Amino acid sequence: MTGALLRLVWVYPDLLSTYGDRGNLLVLERRARLRDIATDVVSVNSDQPVPRDGSIYLMGGGEDLPQILAAQRLRADGGLAAAAASGAVIFAVCAGYQLLGTQFGGEERQLLPGLGLLDISSGRGETRGVGEILADVDPALALPRLTGFENHQGITRLGPGARPLSRTVRGVGNGDGTEGAYAGRVLGTYLHGPALVRNPALADLLLSWAAGPLRPVAEQDEEWARRLREERLAAAAP
Amino acid sequence: MDKLPLRARLATAMGGAAGRLSRMAGRGDGSVIGGKISLWLEPDLLSMLAAGRQVVLVTGTNGKTTTTRLITAGLGALGQRVASNGYGANMDEGLAAALGQAPNAPYAVLEVDEKYLPQVIKATAPRVVVLLNLSRDQMDRAAEIWLLARRWREALGDASGTRVVANADDPLVAWAASSAAGVTWVSAGQRWREDSWCCPQCGSHLRRDGDDWRCGECACARPMVSWVLDGGKVIDSAGRAHELDLALPGRANRANAVVALAAVEVFGVDVAKALPGLREVASVAGRYTQVERRGRPVRLLLAKNPAGWLEAFDVLDPPPTPIVLAVNAQEPDGKDTSWLWDVDYRVLRGHRVFVTGERRLDLAVRLEADGLAFELTGGIDEAVDRVDGKLDVLANYTAFQQIRSALGRVS
Repeated sequence: MTGALLRLVWVYPDLLSTYGDRGNLLVLERRARLRDIATDVVSVNSDQPVPRDGSIYLMGGGEDLPQILAAQRLRADGGLAAAAASGAVIFAVCAGYQLLGTQFGGEERQLLPGLGLLDISSGRGETRGVGEILADVDPALALPRLTGFENHQGITRLGPGARPLSRTVRGVGNGDGTEGAYAGRVLGTYLHGPALVRNPALADLLLSWAAGPLRPVAEQDEEWARRLREERLAAAAP
Repeated sequence: MDKLPLRARLATAMGGAAGRLSRMAGRGDGSVIGGKISLWLEPDLLSMLAAGRQVVLVTGTNGKTTTTRLITAGLGALGQRVASNGYGANMDEGLAAALGQAPNAPYAVLEVDEKYLPQVIKATAPRVVVLLNLSRDQMDRAAEIWLLARRWREALGDASGTRVVANADDPLVAWAASSAAGVTWVSAGQRWREDSWCCPQCGSHLRRDGDDWRCGECACARPMVSWVLDGGKVIDSAGRAHELDLALPGRANRANAVVALAAVEVFGVDVAKALPGLREVASVAGRYTQVERRGRPVRLLLAKNPAGWLEAFDVLDPPPTPIVLAVNAQEPDGKDTSWLWDVDYRVLRGHRVFVTGERRLDLAVRLEADGLAFELTGGIDEAVDRVDGKLDVLANYTAFQQIRSALGRVS
């Protein structure tokens, strides 16, 4: 893939960037760079049109009101849906994940229309899921166990058009023993903020969807992420 | 104190005794356990203890403890006693303990946790409420900041006898304060802007030009200010400029000082009278303290969230001065380290950087992503042993307390 340009689009950092969401962008950039894949980063604020020619779109977390505004503007803009239709990769966490679905729960528990890019439907649960989360990924994706942190009050149900990303070993996730969802190249998770930091294999999956097969990363470039991952997996083990 | 009902006096005395026992046992400054016992004996204690005093409440994400200290120093010009929870115990217990320990003080300056502000306003009927800033902080245990701003706004709208002193440059703070009957607007600046790109009133993208901001859709806009932080100077409400010349370092502390000066003016203390007291404050609950460790000068800086780290970087000695970054994720820190990814570490280029604390691997991965060289260390002494001269230490809450104990409980 040397020479190809990978365009990373960060969708609405002004509304959907609650807690370290930039981390996902930095991890994708770094892991592309380690394979000599050139990247171009576009941050799109909510008063700007979403470009349709991105390779990977990132959506972060947000509070209730910003989430509602983001849904309204993304629906009106249409850029993200057009990109998804032409095969772009979308990676969304937490509030961004809920937005991808057909509907999500607003601040007064009202149901609001989402983007309909993933066959999921979310509402508000009774209690907040806060803490370390561990989940075993759908064997079809051949990824190691996910480790992350969740902080949300959402409950998400999957329709027939989406597959669970993983099954929870610890934590709440979708609320029914599954965690996250994916269909085609659209993938969402309740692992919030910099979810890819502790899950470099998931970052590589997204990169490979956009750029084709990737060569391995040298051991010394993996060391710190591997040590952090091992520490967190051990600390959160049930 | 004599006017207090017997039950309240008893509750205060019992709490005071418990606090002294706790201090003697070396378990901190004792105000939390003492206050807890007092409040358990008399739940209305806070309002009883506050009655008849001129109360100042200070809140915001960053700078509460320092600003509380600066206001207390400024009010010193009145020559009267001032009650204060100067060590940062900022929930009901800490407030009750501070008031109980100074029963005859006619003034009280109280740092209040952001979430508790509405109930403490109701309990203490403050003369002044100081609102510093609002930004993301420990969201695994604290409320979301738009929600906090809305609660402040509702509480201040009901507090008719209260003067609000607020930072007009922080859109969320300005929106929360604008429901109050009287506001002194201060231009204290806002370096961290990642939580204020959108209008607090309607959610539209804000137009920002320098410190100025206005909504492109609704009428929400930065209010006219009467106090300004201008570099190293304060411009007071009469338009006069004064050199601040503080002992405390950094832009954030100059901003805190301007807010403090605007707050003490409500009590008739003008800048010329207040400034000498403010200038004497050199360290606050161990923060900014310089200590000697094995012959090297070590300076301690506390910052708990992205906005705080951004301001703390401003205080560092220039490169290549070595710096220790220390991060924990215990309950008081927030158990989620995601916020490390909101901080831009590239400004540390040229410094020798050590990482330590219980979550040092999180820091290592973060610095690697910013392309910074760093050294992993087991603790503060290991870093001290590896350097020749001065060392700056920047730590979050429990990491700071651990380092403070390791160096001997410095104040």
